[in-house]
Parts: sequence; structure tokens; C-alpha cells
Amino acid sequence: RANDRAFNLSHGYANNAIRTSKYNIFTFLPLNLFEQFRRLANAYFLFLLILQLIPQISSLSWFTTAVPLVFVLSISAVKDANDDINRHKCDRQVNNRKVDVLMDGQLKNEKWMNVQVGDIVKLENNEFVTADLLLLSSSEPLNLVYVETAELDGETNLKVKQALTATGELGDNIEALAAFNGEVRCEPPNNRLDKFKGTLTMNDDIYALDNDKMLLRGCTLRNTEWCFGLVIFGGPDTKLMQNSGKSVFKRTSIDHLMNILVLCIFGFLGFMCAIMAILNAFWEASEGSLFTVFLPREAGIDAHLSSFLTFWSYVIVLNTVVPISLYVSMEVIRLGNSFFINWDRKMYYPKNDTPAQARTTTLSEELGQIKYIFSDKTGTLTQNIMTFNKCSINGKAYGDLYDFSGQRVEITERVDFSWNNLADPKFSFHDHSLVEMVRSGNPETQEFFRLLSLCHTVMPEEKKEGELNYQAQSPDEGALVTAARNFGFVFRSRTPETITVIEMGKQVLYELLAVLDFNNVRKRMSVIVRGPEGKLTLYCKGADTIILERLDPSCNKLMKLTTNHLNEYAGDGLRTLALAYKDLDESYMKDWTQRHHEASIAMEEREEKLDELYEEIEKDMMLLGATAVEDKLQDGVPQTIEQLAKADIKIWVLTGDKQETAENIGYSCNMLREEMKDVFFVSANTAFALEKNLRLELLRTACMCQTVICCRVTPLQKAQVVQLVKKYKQAVTLAIGDGANDVSMIKAAHIGVGISGQEGMQAVLSSDFCFAQFRYLQRLLLVHGRWSYIRMCKFLGYFFYKNFTFTLMHFWYAFFCGFSAQTVYDEWFITFYNTIYTALPVLGLSLFEQDVNDRWSLQHPQLYTPGQKNQYFNKKAFVRCVMHSCYSSLILFFIPWASMHDTVRDDGKDIADYQSFALLAQTCLLIVVFAQLFLDTYYWTAINQLFVWASIAVYFAITFTMYSSGMFLIFTSAFPFTGTARNSLNQPNVWLTIFLSSLLCVLPVVAFRFILIQLRPTINDEVRAKARKEALPAPAPRRTLKKRITRRSGYAFSHSQGYGALVMSQKFLLKGHMRRLALFDHRDSPMVQNQPQHYRTITEESESQSP
Amino acid sequence: MVKQESESANRPDNTAFTQQRLPAWQPILSAGIVIPGFVLIGLAFIGIGVALFVTSRSIQVLELDYTGDSNGSPCSSCSQSVVTNCKCSLNFTLTTLFQGPVFFYYGLSNYFQNYRRYGASKDDNQLYGDLSYFTSPSSSCSPYDYDSSKKPIVPCGSIANSMFNDTFTLTWTVNGTTNNVPLDGKGIAWWTDYNIKYRNPSVTPLKNAFNGTVKPINWAKPAYELDASDPSNNGFVNQDFLVWMRRAALPNFRKLYRRIDASGDYQKGLPAGNYTIDIAYNYPVRAFNGAKKIVFSNVSWMGGRNEFLGIAYLVIGSLCVVMSIVMLIVYAKFKFPDEE
Repeated sequence: RANDRAFNLSHGYANNAIRTSKYNIFTFLPLNLFEQFRRLANAYFLFLLILQLIPQISSLSWFTTAVPLVFVLSISAVKDANDDINRHKCDRQVNNRKVDVLMDGQLKNEKWMNVQVGDIVKLENNEFVTADLLLLSSSEPLNLVYVETAELDGETNLKVKQALTATGELGDNIEALAAFNGEVRCEPPNNRLDKFKGTLTMNDDIYALDNDKMLLRGCTLRNTEWCFGLVIFGGPDTKLMQNSGKSVFKRTSIDHLMNILVLCIFGFLGFMCAIMAILNAFWEASEGSLFTVFLPREAGIDAHLSSFLTFWSYVIVLNTVVPISLYVSMEVIRLGNSFFINWDRKMYYPKNDTPAQARTTTLSEELGQIKYIFSDKTGTLTQNIMTFNKCSINGKAYGDLYDFSGQRVEITERVDFSWNNLADPKFSFHDHSLVEMVRSGNPETQEFFRLLSLCHTVMPEEKKEGELNYQAQSPDEGALVTAARNFGFVFRSRTPETITVIEMGKQVLYELLAVLDFNNVRKRMSVIVRGPEGKLTLYCKGADTIILERLDPSCNKLMKLTTNHLNEYAGDGLRTLALAYKDLDESYMKDWTQRHHEASIAMEEREEKLDELYEEIEKDMMLLGATAVEDKLQDGVPQTIEQLAKADIKIWVLTGDKQETAENIGYSCNMLREEMKDVFFVSANTAFALEKNLRLELLRTACMCQTVICCRVTPLQKAQVVQLVKKYKQAVTLAIGDGANDVSMIKAAHIGVGISGQEGMQAVLSSDFCFAQFRYLQRLLLVHGRWSYIRMCKFLGYFFYKNFTFTLMHFWYAFFCGFSAQTVYDEWFITFYNTIYTALPVLGLSLFEQDVNDRWSLQHPQLYTPGQKNQYFNKKAFVRCVMHSCYSSLILFFIPWASMHDTVRDDGKDIADYQSFALLAQTCLLIVVFAQLFLDTYYWTAINQLFVWASIAVYFAITFTMYSSGMFLIFTSAFPFTGTARNSLNQPNVWLTIFLSSLLCVLPVVAFRFILIQLRPTINDEVRAKARKEALPAPAPRRTLKKRITRRSGYAFSHSQGYGALVMSQKFLLKGHMRRLALFDHRDSPMVQNQPQHYRTITEESESQSP
Repeated sequence: MVKQESESANRPDNTAFTQQRLPAWQPILSAGIVIPGFVLIGLAFIGIGVALFVTSRSIQVLELDYTGDSNGSPCSSCSQSVVTNCKCSLNFTLTTLFQGPVFFYYGLSNYFQNYRRYGASKDDNQLYGDLSYFTSPSSSCSPYDYDSSKKPIVPCGSIANSMFNDTFTLTWTVNGTTNNVPLDGKGIAWWTDYNIKYRNPSVTPLKNAFNGTVKPINWAKPAYELDASDPSNNGFVNQDFLVWMRRAALPNFRKLYRRIDASGDYQKGLPAGNYTIDIAYNYPVRAFNGAKKIVFSNVSWMGGRNEFLGIAYLVIGSLCVVMSIVMLIVYAKFKFPDEE
């Protein structure tokens, strides 16, 4: 009930405060711990910790697990806490936004969080809608309100909402609003953005409410001075919040592999423990039972039970095969690589001040494995800026400049349009002769521009005198009208019946008799106007093929000339249009108008009849010329695509555009080339093709092609195509796009990349990585992706090696200690091995490693292919790694064993004691592990050196400290290894043993790798060898794009049907001036915090084409 | 100026670190390094190996098994368990001088001092002389923490309880006269064990500290009476006890028993002649198929005799040289880095 807080509060509706954070100060610890222990690895270590607390089993002190576990948990907790603090901040910022609320008969400025259901709020232009509101009244006629819903569904066009007339009468009358006591009954909160059902009861009248009367939270008010709304849903009940479900976690293929491997390792662990348990049973039976003289069994434990306990004891001892710090380290590495992406100046776009950004920090290595790229066209490959580039008027071409030697001049002085005070200052044209032609009053030229200024559906917007703004439905059209404007034919304003044009400074009024609208089949549009002298003219522009068919035979000669020009333009990848006109005589026109009227009200076959009429009048036209509009590609797009193709990445363009447009872009960005002989076209309905039985066929066909371009695909279909490839090709996919229509595809692909361009933030917000220019993609993949992948693989390989080697030593020792789960090392060494001694060097390897630097990476895109084939780390590599660890651990155990078992110190004292042996084994291990690191690292920065040497130093420092007398005096039983270090590390034979076992572990690896390089050098080896010889790669030769020879079919406008009728209609022009329809720049938006997982599904006929 | 800064506020820093351009050393496994490296390492290994082998060969070792499990051996009567305070003696002859300093070891085989529960069965605090642990030993000592009458055992635990208790005297018979070879039992344990890790409680006389406690079940005498001849060699700092408490890493081990006192006739070592070892055979090992032995050995800079190390160095050194030749052949055939 409106304006009745007490009543509404009694119903316990949610207020408008939102909370996206997960924890508060008190719940953080328990909840976060609970979350963390839900991860398998953490739960496993908790289980181990509990095992260790059972004295019969505990083969290791509790701290060996507790310390790393606490370490790992606290790192994750800090990260989570930080994220949550950020969410708290965002919430607070949103909750503290101010809005005018009607309270006690006057407007009060209130915080958003204090707004309650039933309050009436006043919104002003460009404000965010506070909550889900029922629109009551607005400043605009008919109680209309314009809202932009980009943050809800990604659509950038304005939507109209209209209030009930009954409430609209309230206007901005505060008293009337304060007295408003309507009651709304409606459906419970839900997440459907397009549905609302409810009723408003007001003064005993019941009104139906639907979605048209609702303003949803997340929208922005546009072009509306103010409006009043009644809060229906607040805060968490709003449709926006109901929609912001949990985002899907993307996991990399390495993650999946890891899950399998970890399970395998668990199996392996169980297997080893079982072996130990069985052998222990035998040992207990044959030896242990006899040894009870000196080591009696504990009460109630016989050989069988002992063997059972041994199993669990070995689970504890050998637990390090499942490395606790693995997951944390992987996160850290990915985070580090994400930072490197954020920091890269070569992916920073100075014009928008936008650096590249890794929005998801858990996917970096997958960037090195991309096999398929799905790209949007508009705004991604192209800038979505059309420029009027060239034209051919009456057989003469303008726009190209040649210097004296006949070379085309790229950059010349721009034409000065200052004589025309209505000219658009942003427009540039380089051919002075055309201006001279127009100003000299050449009739054809003038007619040409007159046509451009009349034949279109553009809406002008003149906010201030002389400051014209065109709202074009398609950017091509905008470019043409702007060109006409700059050449002195300024389209000034339009009414449904007239068009006002300033022709060379003179205002001329044309009567608009008919608009023969564009559609896909006609590929042209015409207008019929009556000039000031009463002359009737039909102006037509359209696809060249269509227009040229409908010309009067008298202009055959001109047609030939123009066709040549058109071919030339097409060769340059420009969008072409042919222009023609026809003078009509009054009587014919009268007759035609009559028939047109009849046809347009016909109940049956209206369209066919109209088409027939249009066809009839649009013939025998006189050719005026042709225009060429450049759909500007983003910088470096062809080069990037070429590079990516060399890296064996398949690029599919998925676009909503028509086939011709897409094809043309395909040529201009080098995806399609003339030399592609086996190009074939499949025109089909994608929606149909995506149905089950045809899917595989489509996929097979598409995969045989070098390039795939799908046109007229809806956002949903884009996602379906991506999923199709994902599912059947088992390849890593990347989707790149900039608009709201790409969101579904970006979310569906393994990696989504958003271009932070003109089409708003929607794509960026749902993407994993974003940057400003398409060309940065090659750096992202070929440099960062490749490095990340190499780093992750090297890390994993090395990490498993180091932990397996470490753990397997216990296994070998078991054969000498009665399978009693005696550890080889000091417990403190076990505790510190992963967390202190080897943590940093591994991170150094996996953060700074590069096989060759970025220039070489870009120079040799082939370096990327091993990643696609998953060659650096896979199950095979894992098995190799385990074998290697087995070898190393055997060496590391048996060399010290052989050299120590019967020897003594050089003063005759004991050295074959357990503690000395443990120290020897762990020192050998650590040195071998570092030596292996040395072999694996290709790129030794000062930081790597520091990490390695510091870790070795720290090892000896900690060891000597822990084994020092002082530590024993302070903590008597904690450090029982007192004196071991100084008593054994001063012995030459100890060092000789260390030296021997280290070299014995390392040398075979060196020899093997050397021979492997000789016999089967990989591409990496070759490039590395090359990089060693030449300091820097030779700059890539600048490829000039080959000019196309054959002519591509010309261009229709990227138009949709229906606008012709619109400009002629009264309703549309109700407000005197047009609302902006197309693109908006987006300002700060609440979307940053709340991402609705919703997109519009467009069910529209579409066709696919696969060349 | 300010405007320019704000325009590029998000521009990443241009440092070698953020741009991943840190200067780096990029080693490569090139033939020029690997092959000579292998040759050098091989030669060095062979050198070390020869030195080790020669040194090891020069070390004299004399091992005498006295378990007595075969009937002919002198201690076979003692090894038949039940007998207590059994004595037996072992004779051996040295034909040449046994170069000094000579160390006298006892060795045990198949003895699992490295068994986990055995190793844990001690109380470091008690052994550090902390009196509060005398009355309540750590539960890790179980079942040797309290005796049947619930009195605490000091020193508690399996290791202490199983202390080696055979004793030996060595006599040298030359020209019909029998001389006792002087044995030195001082400083045979690690300095850190003697001075840091093990301590007697600061109670005089030491005996008082053990009031209310009992000796380990297997022990003949309480800890404070281990060495009747030297009162300072009693309690937890008794050298034999310390040596025993430093448990062995492997099931076959030897522990230092005495040094031959390098004085008088024995300055250069053990002279040639006939020797007799009188053994007080107390320690049962037959039950678990163990073996006992006596080892005389001298040492060098590389410690005791160990031929493995020298041979291993020699073998690996030669393998390195062979490997370098193989690699040279492979390289000569493929010459990878030179190839374009």
C-alpha cells in the first residue's frame, strides 16, 4: 500500500538494502573455514591431522600437517577476506546512494538502503532506478518514461515505459502523490525480467499492471526529466538481484587433469600403504614377534592389528604425495600471471586509458591452449565506425589521391569544410576536387548529395542552433548523410510529410510523398519527394547489383564506368552503394499513390502487392553514381588474424550481420583470401543446423574449412555454436566480443574476452579478460597465454617430481625399519620442506619462466601449438615425472645407505646413526631438488637466483639453528636432533656422498635432454638456439595486404525493415524531436556489482554460411 | 601536465619487472657445455674415486663374530639363552701391526633400533635431568614407564631398557706374557650428547635423585652405578649409555665400545701377536636371529672403511666419459644448434 509504512512494514517485505558480501566479522571464521574444508584437499589434510592425533597411528607429530594446513588456510582466508571487504565496500556505496523519497507530504533525500516497499520515490534524468518501481507519473507526455536496460539485459536501445493514465494524472503534485493510497497486489518476487503481473486498487477501481508499467532496478532513466514511482520490490527482492545468481566457475583443462591426477595419486597412496601394511604383517610375523625381547608389543595389539595400524601410519607418512600446497601454489601462479597481463603496457590502449585486465584470475594457463576463437564482428574486428571514403559521381571517381608518380598518397591535408557552418567537424575527406565540384554547382554532383540528404531514415537532433546530431539506424547511413551535410546538403529536420534541407546555404523544403522501405529482398530504399518547384523525383539507393539492373538503358556508358569504380572499391574492402534517381510525372504519381494506398490497406497479400508496386516504380532510373563507405577495421586486425592462423588457431566469426557484410569483412581482415580454392558456401538455417541430428554434420563441414563465418546468428545461437565445438572437439575455445549480444558466447566458451569498446560494458563484465583492441589478442595468447601455460606445466611437473621424490624415500626406508612408518627425515624438515625450503624457488620458476622472450614468441607463432596439443603436461608427462622421481629417490636413498651403513666418523665415533642419516638424506634431497630446478629453469632472473640461493642458505641456517644446543636448552623435547648438523656435516665422506647422489640424479637428465635435443629438437629448442645467436628477432616484414581481384557483390545497408514506416508515422514524432535510438556511452553503473545472468533470446530466422 | 597524467592514469608502470623484461641468464644445453662438462666431471670423479679407493683400502678392519650360533664357536654355550653371567673368550692373531689409532666396536645385526616405536620410546626431558619427569615419565616410554609395582622407571623406555650390556677385556699375549690392552672409554660419545642433550640432575650424591624410581627391567645395576671405576661416568652421561642411546639408522650397525689407549706398546696401534677377548656374554640376540660381533678398525680422513664410495666414484666417472663420447657422436651426426 502506497504511503503507508506501518502497514507495509507489518508484512516484512525486504527493504532496499542489498548484501552481496558473504561474511561479517563474526561469521567470517567459522563460515570461511567451513567453505575451505569443503575443498577435497583441505578436508583430506584435516583428516590426516585427526589421524595424527591418535597415538597408536601417529607416525609424525601433529605439527607436520598442522603448520602447512594453517599456512594454506590462512592464505586462502586472507584472499577471501579481501574479496569480501571489497564486496562490503560496493554494497555500502550502493546502499548509500541518495534518492528523493516522498515522506510525510514532502520529498526527503534518503539513502537507498532506507527506502521501503510502498514508498514513493522521485527519479530524475540519468539516475539509476532505486528499486523495482511501479511507474506513477512522469514529466513526459502520455506519462512515458525512457529507460535504458543495458545493465539488465544488455540491450542498449531505449525502452519506453508508460504509466497508467489514472496515476499519470498525479503528475508532480506532491500533495496528490502524498495522498495516493493505491494498493498493489502482485506476484511474489522472481527473476523474470520480462513478466510482471499485478493489480492496482485505487479508489475502488482495479487496474491491471504489467511489465510496461514497471521500472526495474538496474535501469537508468534517460531523456525524462523526472518521474515518480512506487516501490514494489526492494533490495534482494528486485528482479536484478534475483537474477544475479551464482556465477559459474570456469575451470581450466589443467584443473580437470589435476582432479584426475589427484584421484590417481590417492589410489597410488592407498596402494603404497597397502603394500606397507602387508609387508608389515609379514615382518611382524617373522621378525617383530621375535624382537619383542627388546620391543614388546603394546597391550592388545597383535600382528594383524599392527599391520592395520601401519596402513594408517603410512597414510600419514606418505601423505605428501598429495601436495597440500599444490592448489594454493597454482592459485598464486595464476594470480601472478594475471597481474602480468594487467601490467602489460603493450596491451594498454592509451586512447581510452584502458589497460588489459584479467578479470578472472584462475584461467591464465588456458590462454596457452586455445584451439578455436569465436569472434564477434562488429566492434571486435571492426571499429563500428563508418566513414564516407570514396564516391563515383557521374563516372568520375573521387576520394583517391595520387601524387605525381602515380602512387597513392595515404595521408594528406584534410579538406577544409569551414565554409559550411553546419559541417560536422569530425568528418574528414581528402579529395579537394570534390568540394570544388560541389561549390562550382555541378548539377550531377549536387543531385548526388541531394539524394544522400533526402533518401534515408535518419533522425536529426538539433539541441542548439547549428549543432546537428544525427541518429542513424545504421552507421552506414549516418556516414552518408553526414557526408552530404559536409558537402553542403545539410539535412536539417524532418516531419512526417516534409524534409528540410539546407542546400548550399539555402533552406529548401521537400515534400515527402512516399518512403519505399528497405528490406532484405529489395536491398534498396527509395523516397519520392516533391521539390520546391513542384518537381516529383524518386531517389533510390541500394546494393549495386540491384540498382544496376533497374537503370534506364540511356546510362549504359555511365554504368560501365561506375561498375569499374565499384569493383575498385570492393577490392579495397569498402561497402558500396549505387545511387539513382528518376523524375516522375504528376499523373502517374497520382495513380501510383492511389494504388499504393489501396495496397497498403489491403488485408491480403499486402506485402506482395506493395512489393509489386515498388518494383514498378523503381525502374528505368538514372544512375547518379556510387558511394563507398569504409567499415573501419580495428588496427592490426589482419595481422593479428594472420598470426593466430599461423599458431594453428581456428577463427570462427559469428555475427548477426548479413552474409555479404560478413564475407566482406572476412576478406578485408585476411581471413578469406583469393587463393583459397576449396572455399564452398553452405547456406543453411543455423537454428535448424543446430538441431541434434545435423549438429555433427555442421561441425564436420565447418571443421574442414579453414575459415568459418556464421552470419545472422542470434546470441543464443552463438553460444550454441561454441558449446557444440566445446563438446565435440574437446578443444579449448575462446570467445571474443564487445556487445551484449556476445555475452552468451563469452560465458559459454572456456575463456571469454571482452573488448571494452563502444558497445557498453556488458561483454566486459561477463568476460574473463578484457582489453581495448582486438590486436591485443595475439599478445594475450601468443605471449601471456603461452608463458602461463609453460609456467604452469613446468610448475606441475617439477612440483610432482619434488614431492614424489621426497615421499618415496620413506617407502624405500620402510624395507630397513621393519615397515614401522619411521620417517627418513626429521619431522621439522617434513614440516618445512614444502612451505619454506622449496616454496619460493618453485614460485620463482613458475612466475618468471620464459623459454623465449615476447618478441620471439610473436615472431614464431608456431611455438603456440604444443599448448593446444596439451604436450607439456599430460598424463604421460605425469607418469614420466613419477618414474623420474622413483629413480631419484632410489639414488637418494641407496647412495647414502651404501656409503654410510658401515662407516664411522674420522674420529671413530658414530655417524651411521638415525639422526645423521636423516640429515644426510634430507640434505641430498634438497640439493637434488634444487639441481633439478636449475635444469628446468630456462630464464634465470636475479629473483630466481635470489630465491634459490636464499632457500639453500635458509635451509642450512634453519637446520643449524634447530640442531643447535641453544634450541635444545629452550625447548627440550621439540628439537631432538641436537648436534647432528655439526657432527655430521663436517665429515668429508658426508659431502662426498651428497655430491655423488646429486650428480647421479642430475647427469642422466642432462644427457637425456641433450641427446633428445639432438635427435628430435622441438620448435622451442630451435627458437631458443636462434634466440641465442641473434639478440633480437628481425622485425617482421610488413605485409601489404593483397588486393582483391574479383569483385564481391555489393553492399546493402546494414538496415532493418520498418523504419521507413516509422519516419512517416505521427506517433513516432510525437515529441517533436527524436529520441536517441542507437548507441549510448555507458557511465558508471550498478552492474559492476551485480551481473544479471540474463540475456534476451532472439528467435529469428537466420542463415549460416560457411565458406 | 596534470591533465596528461590523469589521462593515462591507468597506464601500467614501465618497469622491467612488470613488463617481464628482467635481465636474465638463459643457459642452454649446448654441446659446447655439456660434452666438455661430462668429460671434466668424469675425470674429476675418477680422480676422487681413486683417492677414496686407495684410502679405503689402507684402512684396516678386523671383524669377529661371537654370536655363537654355530656349535664350534667359542660362545656357543653362552648363546643358549638361560645362562646368566656367562663368560667366553675369543682369540685372534695379528701378523702385522694394526695401525693406530685403533677403535674397538661392537656390532649388532638384524637389530631394529630404527623401529618407529622403539625410537620414540624414551623421554628427552627425563634424560635432560628434569626431576619432574623422574616421577612421571612420558607415556611414550610405555610399557617401560612404570614397573609392575607402579614405580617409575628411570631411565624409561625401550631404548634405555635394551642397552647393550656385554663387556669385553682385551689381552695381548706376546712372548708368553699376557698384557691387558688398555682401553679408553672416555669421549666415545658425541660431544653434544655428553654436554647438552643428556644431563644428570644436579643432586649430590646422584643416587638421591633416583629415590622412588626403579632401574630399567633388563639392567643389572641402576643408572647411577653403571661405572664403578669412575663416579663421573654414571647416570645419563655414562659414555656407553650415550653411545647406545644414539640409535642406529639401519638394522645392521656397529657402535664404538672403546679406543685402544695409545700408550706404551700400543702407541702405534695394536702390535702383531696373539690376542684374547674375554667376553661377559649377557646380551641375548639369538631370539630374533640377530648377530653380535667385535670390530677393530682404524680410520682415515674419510672415516671408516667403505669401499662403495670409491668404487661408485670410479664407475660413475667412467660412465661420464663414455657418455660424453656417445654424446659427441650424436652431436657430430646431428649438430643441432648449428642447423637452420
